[in-house]
Amino acid sequence: MATLRVDASLDNLDRLIAFCEEEAAAAGMSPGMIGRLALAVEEAFVNICSYAYPQGGGFAELRSTATADGLEIEMADAGAPFDLLSLPDPDTSLSIDQRQAGGLGVHFIRHFSDRADYRREGGQNLLRMLFRYQPEKG
Amino acid sequence: MELTSKTIDAVTVISLQGRVDAFTAPACEIGLKERLTDGAALVLDLGGLEYISSAGLRVILAVAKVLKSTSGKLVMANVTGTVREVFEISGFGSIFTMYDSVDEAVAALP
Repeated sequence: MATLRVDASLDNLDRLIAFCEEEAAAAGMSPGMIGRLALAVEEAFVNICSYAYPQGGGFAELRSTATADGLEIEMADAGAPFDLLSLPDPDTSLSIDQRQAGGLGVHFIRHFSDRADYRREGGQNLLRMLFRYQPEKG
Repeated sequence: MELTSKTIDAVTVISLQGRVDAFTAPACEIGLKERLTDGAALVLDLGGLEYISSAGLRVILAVAKVLKSTSGKLVMANVTGTVREVFEISGFGSIFTMYDSVDEAVAALP
């Protein structure tokens, strides 16, 4: 397992994405698959930066594990208990006027990962996402 | 993230290059809004865009709302690859008309 812990600040987005892209490339994933993984990781990180620590400060940690099924990425924070996956998907059929800006992040996580789950453990929020090495057939 | 703009036949064409993510989105929004005029016809050329996250989509939606309030028009050109997938799954693919080239987009605007 490889881990990177950074302050939960958007200044660190580049570093976090570069780290998970390196891990994905080392696991043999294609550029297209890596781009999809980066999108899901960004949304998870932005959520931590925006909501986990209302008082500011705090960290986000990315844990990357190459498994038989694919690359498993776990995003951890020690902020307020919150299950991002409990949010509904936004209504993507609305017009420009009705459309609100929020809610797409969790939609991206569900779409671009092959599996996602949440648990609260040891005072941390743990969002685990699996990215298969190859697109699923069919 | 880089932003370049030009005018073709009274249509403003803005090209986005690189990555529009949560960190670069605020600068992108400022850059786009600086180039908006009331009632403008705008083509966003995304051919050089490698990556756009939901933060980038928010910027495009904000620009679209500003333009709509002044009876302007916004269309997309060269939306391909993962950027296109992001548009499709978020519903932006049906909100915005997407053209295969800047020329086609410019020709389609009044």
